[in-house]
Amino acid sequence: MMENLLPVLYILAAAGFILALKWMSSPATARRGVIAGELGMLLAVVGTLLRFEVVEYQWIFIAFFIGSAIGVPLAYLMPMTAVPQRTAISHAFGALASALIGTAEYYRHTPHGFTMAALVLETILGFLTFTASLMAFGKLQEILPTRPITYKGQNFVNLSLLGVAVALGIGLVLHPEQTWMFPIFSALSLTFGVLLIIPIGGADMPTVIALLNSYAGLSASAMGFALDNKLLIIAGALDGSSGLILSIIMCRAMNRSFTNVLFGAFGQLQTTAAAAEQKPYRSASPEEAASILEAARSVVVIPGYGMAVAQAQHKLRDLFDNLTRRGVDVRFAIHPVAGRMPGHMNVLLAEADIPYDKLVEMDDINPEFPMTDVALVIGANDVVNPAARTDKNSPIAGMPILDADRARTVMVIKRSMSPGFAGIDNELYYMDKTLMLFGDAKSFVANIVKELGVAARAH
Amino acid sequence: MAKYEFGLYVFMLSAFLGFELIRRVSPLLHTPLMSLTNAISAIAVVGAILVTGDANATPFSKTLGFIAVVASTINVVSGYLITDRMLKMFKKRGPESK
Repeated sequence: MMENLLPVLYILAAAGFILALKWMSSPATARRGVIAGELGMLLAVVGTLLRFEVVEYQWIFIAFFIGSAIGVPLAYLMPMTAVPQRTAISHAFGALASALIGTAEYYRHTPHGFTMAALVLETILGFLTFTASLMAFGKLQEILPTRPITYKGQNFVNLSLLGVAVALGIGLVLHPEQTWMFPIFSALSLTFGVLLIIPIGGADMPTVIALLNSYAGLSASAMGFALDNKLLIIAGALDGSSGLILSIIMCRAMNRSFTNVLFGAFGQLQTTAAAAEQKPYRSASPEEAASILEAARSVVVIPGYGMAVAQAQHKLRDLFDNLTRRGVDVRFAIHPVAGRMPGHMNVLLAEADIPYDKLVEMDDINPEFPMTDVALVIGANDVVNPAARTDKNSPIAGMPILDADRARTVMVIKRSMSPGFAGIDNELYYMDKTLMLFGDAKSFVANIVKELGVAARAH
Repeated sequence: MAKYEFGLYVFMLSAFLGFELIRRVSPLLHTPLMSLTNAISAIAVVGAILVTGDANATPFSKTLGFIAVVASTINVVSGYLITDRMLKMFKKRGPESK
């Protein structure tokens, strides 16, 4: 009886996961999606615990307890600005789990044929995603340098290492009983994960995180083949395709290819490009900025990673409230790769209670810039650089950008005139209609709000 | 061989389904989407339970299984909770209309 019921639990669990993703399509139904996902996971775990092969529960429950004791505080105490790091570290946990299960299965059963091939795939993806995600975590947490680290022959070293790991993997599939190969195979996979992330800079993190998400899913799916478990295959495939789509979207938003992101570290070569000549620019004080904003009818705010670093989103909410009360139409233009992971800016602005219907995607807002009175750029740089449209030799040539330069007035809050991540000078800053607002994003926005308040009382 | 063939069909269909579903997700929700899929891929916990609770488990496989259960439980728990925490913040109307 029980044996007939268990597959039903797994099928329902798979349906829960599918509904979870379906309901994520809109903010109105998304929370329902989380509940569907939770129920799916609950059914999967119960269905597994009831299986006849599972006889010993003690260690499983201790592990559940430890995992929850770490997981709950991780979810509630993590500040929203640290979400990219949390995502990276959780990819590391997931991948580690797959790799360890692959290892345990190998030494227990030494499977052959197709099962062994699945196991090898599970283990290589698991181990390389584990160390790669740890490296990504280190870079996002700024424990490791965020600039890309490159050396001569890097791609050759990386690819030959991967080649040897794959060759050993094939060797293991053909001769699973040659156990000496397995530790070397694992060690090479772990090392490759580290080397893969070393040349990747902060601005490429959205693509890389999405890609690691995909690998972690594919590893779980491969585990499904190794254990002959359809639920694992389905859940892993859903996750794998999700990560892949997101990384494709990110690549497209930067007009770059996968290989270019993974093997073409840029950013170091161009730093000297236009540093020599000093072009004139105009700067303004918080009072001046406040009076321009006050006189505007429509304002589009363009946030970037700098806003997250300065934690300026709550002050930006005050500015939003203040201007909205005066009848100014304030919206936020979100570039797909703004920040350090897909959707990063949206979460930060939502956290600051900015209504999500004011967050507009790039393709929808771009036609409206010519009718916009003020474009206010906060901590964004390359995503508003007109060179992407005009200069064919620019490293960001062809990258879709937010057309801030087409607004009637442009204001840029920035610490100094230093170039952004790509090391490319931004001609937006030198336009006649551009005002540079020098200072920390958070305190500058706070000052503008203060000036607006003073002006209101003076009326 | 039929068993694997069946598995590959399941994989192919789920991957296409995944593409169609994810394509419809608003870019607004890409961050919660990633933490949700991350929690879903912690389905690895199923494999981890099977390895850890097996009657014939060696101390070595039991240890690896135990670590795997801990790691995937962290992902399940924190993944779903943080997704919900983020989604709660997405509100349609501004503070004035409260």
